Amino acid sequence: MRITVRLFARLRDLAGSGELVRDVEMPATVETVWRSLVDEMPRLRDYERTMSVAVNADYAKMSAKVSDGDEVAFLPPVSGG
Amino acid sequence: MAAVAVTSAPLDLQALIDEVGGASTADGAVASFIGLVREENQGRRVSFLEYEAYEPLAVRALQLITEEARASWDDTRIGVHHRIGRLELGEASIIIVAASPHRAHAFAACRYTIERVKQIVPIWKHEHFEGGDVWLEGATADPDDEAAREAARRIACA
Repeated sequence: MRITVRLFARLRDLAGSGELVRDVEMPATVETVWRSLVDEMPRLRDYERTMSVAVNADYAKMSAKVSDGDEVAFLPPVSGG
Repeated sequence: MAAVAVTSAPLDLQALIDEVGGASTADGAVASFIGLVREENQGRRVSFLEYEAYEPLAVRALQLITEEARASWDDTRIGVHHRIGRLELGEASIIIVAASPHRAHAFAACRYTIERVKQIVPIWKHEHFEGGDVWLEGATADPDDEAAREAARRIACA
């Protein structure tokens, strides 16, 4: 199945792109998507302890299931205001 | 503009007061907060900031915050606009308005909102300073973190 990965702020800079399309095998969770991303780009790994994740623009857990067509976002610690 | 928004346009406090307060004569108080781009940060001379947002989730998180505030101060209405894109020194990055029959609720809801924005809204500052640039990183966003929510409430009611 095909999912869209969204990356923001320094994660986006590290990956060189804010939007990636990836094929993952079903069944998959946010964690599956993150693992394959880190395999591809080990420099992202440092964010594993501090980031938040979202599925289809809603906060989610690493254990959340993802489906074909979903948008999975990885978010560094926030600094708005 | 809606009471809650993420926008690249300059922020207009009076427009937000009008949006939130409207023509209500039940209100006795409007409290407002304006966050500004400061010239110094952690010893660095700031040149300008670039704000980035995950917009749909940022709007949802802002809406969640205003619902939380209403649950605590149920006679209070809140508006919040966050600006994104490049902001120069002295420009407003966020404006918050809380209207209520009573000033204590207006002040508390306003303070609660800015504290929660810093905890859970997916917006990031890219600071450009004399000699370089850096992404600022604050809180790991978790809307279900009760301790963070309670900390924001304590500050709001201090």
